[in-house]
Amino acid sequence: MLQELLTVRTSVNHVSYARVVEVRMLLSDFIRHELRLTGTHVGCEHGVCGACTILVDGLPMRSCLMLAPQAEGREILTVEGLSPEPGQLHPIQEAFRETHGLQCGFCTPGILMTMKAFLDENPSRSEEEIREALSGNLCRCTGYQHIVAAVALAAGRMGGKG
Amino acid sequence: MVKNRYFGAPVTRNEDEVLLTGRAQFVDDVDLADLLHAAVLRSPHAHARIGAIDTARACARDGVVAVYTAADLGEFWRPAPLVVPPPPIEGLVFNQRTQFPLAKDKVRHLGEALALVVAESRYVAEDALGDIVVEFDPLPVAADLEKASAIASARVHEDVPGNIAATVHQRKGDYAATAREAARIIKRRFFYEHGMAQPMETRGVVAQWDERAERLCVWATTQAPTSLRNGLAALLGINEAQVRVIAPFVGGGFGAKLLMYYPEELLIPWAAIRLAGSIKWIEDRGEHFVATTHERGQIHDAEIALAEDGKILGIKDEFLHDTGAYNPYGLTVPINSQCSILGPYHVPSYDSAFTAVFTNKPIVAPYRGAGRQHGVFVIERLLDIAAREMGIDGTEIRRRNFIAAGAFPYRNEIMFQDFTELRYDSGDYAPILDRALERIDYRRFKQEEQPRLRAGGVRSGIGVVCYIEGTGIGPYEGARVQIQANGRVCVVTGIGTQGQGHYTSLAQIVADRLGVSVGDVDVITGDTDRFYWGAGTFASRGAVVAGNAVYQAAEAVHQKILRVAAEHFSCKEDELIVDGGEVSVAGKPDQRIELGTLATKANPMRGAVSPGTEPGLEATRYFGPESGTVASGVHAMIVEVDPETMMVSIKDYVVVHDCGTAINPLIVAGQIHGGVAQGIGNAFYEQLVFDDQGQLLNATLADYLLPTALDIPPMTLDHTVTASKTNPLGIKGVGEAGAIPVGALFAQALEDALDLPARGVEILEVPLSPSRLWELSRS
Repeated sequence: MLQELLTVRTSVNHVSYARVVEVRMLLSDFIRHELRLTGTHVGCEHGVCGACTILVDGLPMRSCLMLAPQAEGREILTVEGLSPEPGQLHPIQEAFRETHGLQCGFCTPGILMTMKAFLDENPSRSEEEIREALSGNLCRCTGYQHIVAAVALAAGRMGGKG
Repeated sequence: MVKNRYFGAPVTRNEDEVLLTGRAQFVDDVDLADLLHAAVLRSPHAHARIGAIDTARACARDGVVAVYTAADLGEFWRPAPLVVPPPPIEGLVFNQRTQFPLAKDKVRHLGEALALVVAESRYVAEDALGDIVVEFDPLPVAADLEKASAIASARVHEDVPGNIAATVHQRKGDYAATAREAARIIKRRFFYEHGMAQPMETRGVVAQWDERAERLCVWATTQAPTSLRNGLAALLGINEAQVRVIAPFVGGGFGAKLLMYYPEELLIPWAAIRLAGSIKWIEDRGEHFVATTHERGQIHDAEIALAEDGKILGIKDEFLHDTGAYNPYGLTVPINSQCSILGPYHVPSYDSAFTAVFTNKPIVAPYRGAGRQHGVFVIERLLDIAAREMGIDGTEIRRRNFIAAGAFPYRNEIMFQDFTELRYDSGDYAPILDRALERIDYRRFKQEEQPRLRAGGVRSGIGVVCYIEGTGIGPYEGARVQIQANGRVCVVTGIGTQGQGHYTSLAQIVADRLGVSVGDVDVITGDTDRFYWGAGTFASRGAVVAGNAVYQAAEAVHQKILRVAAEHFSCKEDELIVDGGEVSVAGKPDQRIELGTLATKANPMRGAVSPGTEPGLEATRYFGPESGTVASGVHAMIVEVDPETMMVSIKDYVVVHDCGTAINPLIVAGQIHGGVAQGIGNAFYEQLVFDDQGQLLNATLADYLLPTALDIPPMTLDHTVTASKTNPLGIKGVGEAGAIPVGALFAQALEDALDLPARGVEILEVPLSPSRLWELSRS
């Protein structure tokens, strides 16, 4: 059965791309295998674990629940685009490193992107709010304690009152 | 001797930067030219005869390269080797039935692999799965553990009546005689179900056959790359030197990536050779639920004999263990359960027998804790009940039974999973309990807080449980430490790593010995071309066994540095200072040489390397502990239960733990936090629900509930230290400690919160859930 093809034009990490893809291609596969940005991870492909979270026009989205053609004309940010410059870390990344907020690191890109949107919206966050915001991302290694500490640390540095 | 600067310090991790920036390579990130993609057809039945398999339509589909069934495998089709043989215990019965690369004649569990499709894309490969037509003749299903053990049950393997996978009986002392002297005997039946590891990265294999080089390269999410290399070479009939297995960054393992040999680990390399190409297979989460190993249920009939003062005289236990359709991992899980019942307590007599039972369910193999949870649940519940019936405080009855600090090494006179006697090398349990009670303020909670809360209608309860964990078992690991010409230090070991921080903890060990910074040490793990030998990462052994190999190799390199530098400076070795990446002569600030320069001197282009020495600043050492080393701990928790919804809110969670000397307290804390989270999942959220047809009813992450950040409380950690006596660094494993006692802790705390015993209700099972608590509290 032939699959319909479509051209997808999208911006990922401030770089414009145009690619011809099958209409059924998941956005997560498009980013990982077409654009070879493999920092976005796929954990469940049914929208529960949050590992594949990216920012679409600034909003956190599960790239496994979107089709590549839905990215047409959108601005996408993935973990590769999070740090301000090569060799530098974003304050959230830096805080994760300092507090041991990651172990295997598989869920981490999705958590970083979710937390970026969360702290960009308002960096003054309580621990309860942080836990609530994290609750859509599963981590099997850390028990979340160091992740919560990392986000709180980053929040303070990003201008929040803690 | 260089002072410890990094060992014991909360050093941030070397591996974090690549992980945080998305540059770390996981198996699904491997990209090769002309890469093909595979998908596996899996059985929708738990037990069925297989008739014809029609693959014609699949083969004809555009983009499909090959479709394989068992009939295509020829001599490659045979049962997988046994990973762990049964231990040499007298009278032991073991019926070895291991899994096949693809099922032939019949399927024995849901998700068993039936056919492999290789195609130009994963999408096409999955399309083609739908083209394959399989004739099934469903058979009666042995799904329930207890029913499966009956002689009249449907047989998972036709030639195994009663589905007996194994029977094991171990004894210490004479339980029957001690029971006759007992002031009290308590008997209960316990049910303990354990779920599955569910690492956030599923399994995956990429295999590349380079026809000109005649070499196979396999990237796999395995916890045991060396064993996989050896097995592949043996099963494919090629030289081990032709096979390279790489376990790159692996997204969590917890035991689930330990099984050798998952069907896909064999099939993908086999097909890559046959097609002379490269093939990728990545498990999806739906497959993971039925194609990756589980842990599962045990039913214990246990009794404890006690003296008037609450001292244990003996324990008798008989249990059934659900091993699933095949038993490639031998008896590790039930033997851990059997041994864990003894806990940190002096148990003069013990009589324990178990039957491992085949069922039409996915394979059971170790998952973090690996059966220890089951055993801890039995002994801790027995002590809770004894305390209540005998009017002794629950913490006091534990204290009275602790093995005395002076009694180590303590012999248990039964055999552990590592084929050595269960022997506790060191420990001191009372201070751990004291510390935990202090940190959770046990007395104040019991005397003031709980009565006050109860008066206000709040259902609040406390739990305090103890456990030990056998860690750091043999046989061995090895490491090579090498100083390179650029001054960086390279450490290579055969273990794989799945997030435990080995890139940092092993570097810390070396950095101190060689006077360099942790960031100057590159740790390479999980690549069989870089290090030939190794067993793998499991049983909380990576840091203990590989860590000590690394330590000894680094020490040998340190000696080489001294020898070469003493020659260079024409001084005595004890005049040299090795620090800051260089060697200098004490009191002579102008006499210094960088380690990289010294390494080059030790590997000269001209002149001669003296007879009896080796070139370079390099050493390889192997460490094999005589037996495991035993860690211990106490978990304490205060909970409140909503009487309407039965939802549990954890108000305080304390872990006091003794893992010997900690290499990196930050990493130790992370290991404990993560373990506790998995323990909480097991105790209250996670249950694999099978129906009587062996169908898994909740095989999505929306239905099988992994705990979220809202379910896991902040934890308070504290540590005591009794150094291990089985290794030079004095370290004990910590990987599984957090997960082990949580089921027992929940049972105790929830009973207390709901005051269930006053109403004649006891919690004798795990996992619990709000609905199960509701049922229990109204029974």
